[in-house]
Amino acid sequence: MWLTHVVLCQGLDDGPDFLSEEDRGPRAVNVDLQTDATLQVDISDALSERDKVKFTVHTKSTLPNFKQNEFSVVRQHEEFIWLHDSFVENEEYAGYIIPPAPPRPDFDASREKLQKLGEGEGSMTKEEFTKMKQELEAEYLAIFKKTVAMHEVFLCRVAAHPVLRKDLNFHVFLEYNQDLSVRGKNKREKMEDFFKNVVKSADGVLVAGVKDVDDFFEHEKTFLLEYHNRVKDASAKSDRMIRSHKSAADDINRIASTLYTLGTQDSTDVCKFFLKVSELFEKTRKIEARVAADEDLKLADLLKYYLRESQAAKDLLYRRGRALVDYENANKALDRARAKNKDVLQAETSQQVCCQKFEKISESAKQELIDFKTRRVAAFRKNLVELAELELKHAKGNLQLLQSCLGVLKGDT
Amino acid sequence: MDPSLSASDIASSTKPLSEASSPPVMDLLSEPASEASSAPMVDLLMEPASEGSSAPMVDILSEPASEASSAPMVDLLMEPAREGSSAPMVDLLMEPASEASSAPMMNLLMEPASEASSAPMMNLLMEPASDDLKEPPKPDIDPLADILNDTPLSEVKTPVAAMPQETPSDLFDDEPSELFAEPRQSNTAKQQQTSIFDEPDEDLFSEPLGEASKNPQNDFFKEALAPVAKASNVCGPLSDNYNEHPTDIFTEEAMTTLPSAVSTVSVNSKTNGVHSDEEEPDIFAEATVELSLDSPRNDRKKKGAAKPSAPAPAPSVSASASKPQPKTLEELEEEVEDKFELNISITNPEKVGDGMNAYMAYKVSTQTTLPMFRSKTFTVRRRFSDFLGLYEKLSDKHTPNGYIVPPPPEKSIMGMTKVKVGKEDNSSAEFVERRRAALERYLQRVVFHPSLLQDPDVREFLERDDMPRAHNTQALSGAGFLKMINRATDSLSKMTIKMNESDVWFEEKLQEVEAEDQQLRKLHIMVDSLVGHRKELSVNTGGFAKSVAMLGSSEDNTALSRALSQLAEVEDKMEQLHQEQAASDSFCFAELLADYIRLLGSVRASFDQRMKTWQRWQDAQNMLQKKRETEAKLLWANKPDKLQQAKDDITEWEAKVTQYERDFDRVSATVRKEVLRFEKEKARDFKKQIIKYLESLLQSQQQLIKYWEAFLPEAKAIA
Repeated sequence: MWLTHVVLCQGLDDGPDFLSEEDRGPRAVNVDLQTDATLQVDISDALSERDKVKFTVHTKSTLPNFKQNEFSVVRQHEEFIWLHDSFVENEEYAGYIIPPAPPRPDFDASREKLQKLGEGEGSMTKEEFTKMKQELEAEYLAIFKKTVAMHEVFLCRVAAHPVLRKDLNFHVFLEYNQDLSVRGKNKREKMEDFFKNVVKSADGVLVAGVKDVDDFFEHEKTFLLEYHNRVKDASAKSDRMIRSHKSAADDINRIASTLYTLGTQDSTDVCKFFLKVSELFEKTRKIEARVAADEDLKLADLLKYYLRESQAAKDLLYRRGRALVDYENANKALDRARAKNKDVLQAETSQQVCCQKFEKISESAKQELIDFKTRRVAAFRKNLVELAELELKHAKGNLQLLQSCLGVLKGDT
Repeated sequence: MDPSLSASDIASSTKPLSEASSPPVMDLLSEPASEASSAPMVDLLMEPASEGSSAPMVDILSEPASEASSAPMVDLLMEPAREGSSAPMVDLLMEPASEASSAPMMNLLMEPASEASSAPMMNLLMEPASDDLKEPPKPDIDPLADILNDTPLSEVKTPVAAMPQETPSDLFDDEPSELFAEPRQSNTAKQQQTSIFDEPDEDLFSEPLGEASKNPQNDFFKEALAPVAKASNVCGPLSDNYNEHPTDIFTEEAMTTLPSAVSTVSVNSKTNGVHSDEEEPDIFAEATVELSLDSPRNDRKKKGAAKPSAPAPAPSVSASASKPQPKTLEELEEEVEDKFELNISITNPEKVGDGMNAYMAYKVSTQTTLPMFRSKTFTVRRRFSDFLGLYEKLSDKHTPNGYIVPPPPEKSIMGMTKVKVGKEDNSSAEFVERRRAALERYLQRVVFHPSLLQDPDVREFLERDDMPRAHNTQALSGAGFLKMINRATDSLSKMTIKMNESDVWFEEKLQEVEAEDQQLRKLHIMVDSLVGHRKELSVNTGGFAKSVAMLGSSEDNTALSRALSQLAEVEDKMEQLHQEQAASDSFCFAELLADYIRLLGSVRASFDQRMKTWQRWQDAQNMLQKKRETEAKLLWANKPDKLQQAKDDITEWEAKVTQYERDFDRVSATVRKEVLRFEKEKARDFKKQIIKYLESLLQSQQQLIKYWEAFLPEAKAIA
């Protein structure tokens, strides 16, 4: 029943123009610095089935690792998660900010609404029903596109990362044209994950309590802790704001259709008036909906992305902090061993390993965090400028509509 | 004008006497009338069924569109459409015509005995006559009052002014002065009293009166309505000398008034006026004249009825007699609106008292050029229940007549309690403002209603300093009020099933009103929801603004931090903007809808009222039918002792039927007029308010543009 097929390259035009004008692809949040031409990844196509979305991942590359220069594979959300987890679990990448995994596609709300609409079909007029259906479909499509965008952003981030782009798993992900046969985590694994997280957060508190020797990291730590919380708050608030904006737009829509019904009751002067106002509201509500959608795209999605990205950065700091604690512990152990003159070599080795690990993490982490900031500033700039421009565009559109409508209405009276 | 047509119409609507009856009527008109003494007349009245000749008479009386008058009347009443007049005219035609024939005749019937000449006259003209009359049964007062109270009244009035002059000169030479004096007085007295007149100004009255004295004839022709013309004719003689004047009624009238009519007809077509004046003479006297004049009369009626109170400027031209009138009532009202200035504003809501006995008092300021007020500007203080009390008074008086009385805002226990408790928060301030505005609109609607403005209670409300406290407003307020409307709606729908609607217009209008009511309710819910969402949006935007400000403060890139705090500022302003917009959603749009939902309740009530009067008429008709059957049985059984009683009953019920029918016609006409007025007001209100609303939207978009334009360079400055 639910088969949405969107060819993102061409398909955007026939969708409701949620995104079409801004970017041709649903690159909602552009968080990357310049990508070079040696490896370009995008999602060229996506297919939504009942409970899964199939993404066609399209790669263009001049790297010698790949057999061809250009190829496509079909991937599902779980495979993205697998790729992400493989990065996280790889000790080699402990010093990097692992690009946050894309959120799970969630069409439940939209689907539920559509179902409700089907149930309520009898209680509304045909026009209303059609209108509502169109709206919901548009909403569904918007969510769909956002989902696709999030997945694409993840891949682009990886492809742009100097180290991660060379990852073997990533290459397999891009090239292997069969199912990767990754499965979702089973219950036991989920429980393990849960415990790991509990331990990690408890440990995180512990680790965070340790005074960092490096001012840069000390500063980054406090900053990220605060930033993460605030961006989380802002993200939640922006969601609420946008939701009520959408509700208001929906109300205007319903008002427009009721006015229309009122206007079609007969053909008196006042009815013509109603029709005109209805027409106006119909247009303004489209603009209002666009405003809400654009705020969603430019603001909420940006914040959401940075919520996850800052979490990833925090994770990096945690890993570094952990390594630092390990290093210090190893130092202490070495001291003890020397004092007792027992297992000194072993302690020395482990101390060296810890030291190396810590230093390696610190070294790459510093660059990563600096990059993170640069990326963040650039992304915010781009999105805020676009947001302001879109707001202006919509407000001006609205203004013009209102002015011309008022002109007509006043001319009539 | 073929009798067969009309006869068939009658046959369908009334009893099968029709064909048989017209000859006797002709007889009545030509022969017996000339020699008639009081006896036959009394017979006619008293024993309608027993005597051949009287039967038609009775018909005439009980069913205005009956056989005696068949040709002209029926045409008038039953087939206006065929005559080329449009549908809505039916009603207009019905009313004056039916009243015309019935009212005076009622008098005839009711007062067989001679009375003081002034009394019946008074009767016709004003209500107070009831005191003077001992004999006449009640029905006769009511119909008169009715005549006076409803639209045709205005027509009635002028003719009356003119008539006395004419009648005496034509009919009796003995007591002209009395006749003169009284009716005219009553006219003027009435003018002030009754609220029906659209124009409080002297114009209407002075003009016809003046003309009446100068040129009674013309005036008479142009303005007079049949009923009164006839009424005075008929009544005069009756009261004067019953024994002699029946002759006068039929013969002399035909000779005196008719001739003039005829002459005018032949000279020029100004006859229209004459004709309507002279429905009665027509009926009784000359079928030929009627025939020839019938269609012009229709024309005239159309126009005259459409706008009865318009003073016709040119007395002598018939074409113009009908043409000067086409101004519709509405136009007239507009003229009236132009003529005076009446601004009412409600300001300074003030809490009086403490605790649960506290109430809000409002300053009601009036500024006017209307002469009916004592001064040009005055101010009174009124509390909410006073407004409810005013509505109650107006509703009691005017709703039964089919008027749409604007309803006041509902009582809100929630809102008021908040105010009483003395919370000075936003919502209670908003509540007070909302109510103030609603009361202002309510009062403006009342004074804009030409009839209601004339009501002494309105004047008292606006002028009087010490207003007696209104009681029992509780029943009307809040839920009670809604319940009342719902009840009215229920009974209305029930009645609709029963009512065999004779007029498509009403049926369609009622459906329209109901559909509109439904849509408006729906719309209101949605606008309310929009207001709610907009408020929510405002709150959430505020929350977001704070959040962004925090984010900005923790951002360590200076330019980005600055941009974020700028964004926070923009969002702060947006919060304000959304809030203002929510307020204007609510004040401009939602309140307008709430007003009109209430008003539609009143509209439905007036339809309901019409239905009720119809029901009463039908019931009376059924009753009459029963009484007749009883009589027939008695006649058959040959029980003369009870026969008299039965006849009395019939007479009584005939009178009631006539009166109720007239009531119905009158209420119908009023409802129609009121609905048209209402629709016009509605169109005006909606246009005005929605334009205002759109302007508020426009303004907030302009603000929005300003804010974002200021922000854009900040965003671009991020580096």
